[in-house]
Amino acid sequence: MEDEKKPLLEVTELKQYFKVSRKYEVKAVDGVSFRIYPGETYGLVGESGSGKSTIGRSLIRLYKPTSGEVKFQGVTISGSLNREETKHLRTKMQMIFQDPMACLNPRKKVLDIVAQGLDIHGMYKTKEEREEKVYNILRMVGLSKEHASRYPHQFSGGQRQRIGIARALIMDPDLIIADEAISALDVSIQAQVVNLMKEIQAQTGSAILFIAHDLSMVKYISDRIGVLHLGHLVETGTTEEIFGNPIHPYTKSLLSAIPQPDPNGEKKRVALSYDCKEMGIDYNAATSHFIGGQHYVLGTKEEIEKWNKKV
Amino acid sequence: MNKEKILSIRDLSISFMTTAGEANAIRGVKLDLYKGETLAIVGESGSGKSVTVKAIMGILSGNGSVKEGTIDFTYERNGETVHQDLLKLTKKEMRRRINGKRIAMVFQDPMTSLNPTMTIGKQIMEGMRCHYKTPKKEAYEKAVSLLSLVGITEPEKRMKCYPHQLSGGMRQRVVIAIALSCDPEVLICDEPTTALDVTIQAKILELIKEIQDRTGISVIYITHDLGVVAKVADYVAVMYAGKIVEKGLAEEVFYDPRHPYTWGLLSAMPDLNTSDEALYTIPGSPYNLMGKGKGDAFADRNAFALNIDYRMEPPMFQVTDTHYAATWLLHENAPEVGMPDALKNRISRMRKEA
Ligand SMILES: Nc1ncnc2c1ncn2[C@@H]1O[C@H](COP(=O)(O)OP(=O)(O)OP(=O)(O)O)[C@@H](O)[C@H]1O
Ligand SMILES: Nc1ncnc2c1ncn2[C@@H]1O[C@H](COP(=O)(O)OP(=O)(O)OP(=O)(O)O)[C@@H](O)[C@H]1O
Ligand SMILES: [Mg+2]
Ligand SMILES: [Mg+2]
Repeated sequence: MEDEKKPLLEVTELKQYFKVSRKYEVKAVDGVSFRIYPGETYGLVGESGSGKSTIGRSLIRLYKPTSGEVKFQGVTISGSLNREETKHLRTKMQMIFQDPMACLNPRKKVLDIVAQGLDIHGMYKTKEEREEKVYNILRMVGLSKEHASRYPHQFSGGQRQRIGIARALIMDPDLIIADEAISALDVSIQAQVVNLMKEIQAQTGSAILFIAHDLSMVKYISDRIGVLHLGHLVETGTTEEIFGNPIHPYTKSLLSAIPQPDPNGEKKRVALSYDCKEMGIDYNAATSHFIGGQHYVLGTKEEIEKWNKKV
Repeated sequence: MNKEKILSIRDLSISFMTTAGEANAIRGVKLDLYKGETLAIVGESGSGKSVTVKAIMGILSGNGSVKEGTIDFTYERNGETVHQDLLKLTKKEMRRRINGKRIAMVFQDPMTSLNPTMTIGKQIMEGMRCHYKTPKKEAYEKAVSLLSLVGITEPEKRMKCYPHQLSGGMRQRVVIAIALSCDPEVLICDEPTTALDVTIQAKILELIKEIQDRTGISVIYITHDLGVVAKVADYVAVMYAGKIVEKGLAEEVFYDPRHPYTWGLLSAMPDLNTSDEALYTIPGSPYNLMGKGKGDAFADRNAFALNIDYRMEPPMFQVTDTHYAATWLLHENAPEVGMPDALKNRISRMRKEA
């Protein structure tokens, strides 16, 4: 797949730094490179604060990247954008945000929230068509027509999350950035939404950047996975490569911590710990190493040899 | 075993006025919380989990009203045991005497409970300063140590951050730190770890457990993550359409579920050994709360529904001293129906591994 297809999204050495105060700068994303191909689902996992949302927000240009290059459908979108490019980006790339309440205007009805993108870019001919599109997408995410006339605070957490999902899907984007899009949903609705996303993907061929911490769901939905830690991509590969042959110790610790629906097993289990300072791992001294297939691991030559042996 | 009941909810019914009519979000909930125990509430999105605990805190939205019921809270004041129906207190009394101080809540949506214009340090110190008049320096130190306990690195520097400068999971942990700051007797966590990765999640769960062992607080835990429930819960209540349809000890609900909805819920959870093309979903769409129809709310989606399910709501049947389920399948005249084979196999596989 690597050479045959042209990537939909190509991220090279992306850095995103934030200055919190004069003395305190956060390197939220610190030199990350990856590609997403048309129609595929790329899962991005990593601990809280590792920079997952920041990557998503830099891609849709809520921030101006500190450095690095992002190409979307062959067009560089990390620099200044003209009007045409902005419109292309705003319609063809959609993000489902992590904090549903923070991005839903509390004074607007659901109908208008979901239709917002259509309104801005004039994507319908009649009022009826607009409403029809909204009702249709609401039904697809498991909400009903009656919900369209309510305000965001009148919904349960999971229902609000689905409003955010509907708002992104209605634009029929080529790339969907789903930031913890299903984590607030119960398992049955999660499954429903995941199945829906797969269905839409099969129909429209859109690609998904799936940001999540729930590895069992990531495993289920992703073709390839990237593991992020402290703003660095420490390991990437196909789902089989990551789950079948994890190499980086951080990936291994993540995999060892997945909870299972089993009270006796759960109450006994201890997860592997990982502390890169203690283990003497310095991400800035490391480079990306090719393991095989589509599997790459960040480390020094010695580290990679050591980790590889332990299997 | 003589357990102390700390919260006791009886016949709670709540409805909301909406443009489309009255929505009966909670329909007769009965639930107990014992001292030092963890109760988990699970169930479909929109089934009424958050509304139930918001009623405990006295913070229903303006268009909601309690139709019926009591929520009895038992606590000690100056060495005396006090029983109080929380539904009888005014919002102001709740704020002064109960909320944050005796019963603290971690909300599902962290952004709605954080003040965007105030540093997180100030927000963690606020409760201690106002409920206990804690001196500033002491409150500051406690706030820093709470931040580090919930796994936030460089806590002193983070004290000065505003909510938008933190990641989603960090915000969620700040809200947890705020809830713990006043040493409450009851801690209500509404999806407290949804935005957290498994390692940090495990850390928070262990932290709560450790506090529980030390101070004997009681915890209500709302989550859709059955793995988390398996880890923390002593007792599990399963909600569907504003009712509790099954409750029991964690082992009973996980290893011997009786309600068809619980079967569906357990089947829908992916485990690392499943690789079916489509995940199992419970068929049909969620129950319409507007309806006043007869019969069981789950009947239309229930592959095992009996004729009577369409005519009459099932009562709670007792399975053991601690295990109850509201399904006609438990009636003595019901046909012999067991849980689906796939689920049975998974459960027996888990029991072998454990
Ligand atoms: N202010 C309100 N006005 C009208 N309906 C409401 C209001 N608040 C909640 N509801 C409805 O009450 C039902 C129960 O909501 P609740 O928030 O308790 O669900 P939940 O079980 O917590 O779900 P989730 O897992 O999605 O958070 C939902 O159908 C919701 O739409
Ligand atoms: N606007 C901002 N200003 C300052 N710092 C920021 C800003 N946005 C993010 N950060 C910092 O960048 C780091 C990465 O945050 P990010 O939101 O990308 O994490 P995440 O991987 O999405 O975590 P989570 O799983 O908790 O959502 C954090 O240390 C955060 O405090
Ligand atoms: Mg995030
Ligand atoms: Mg809720």
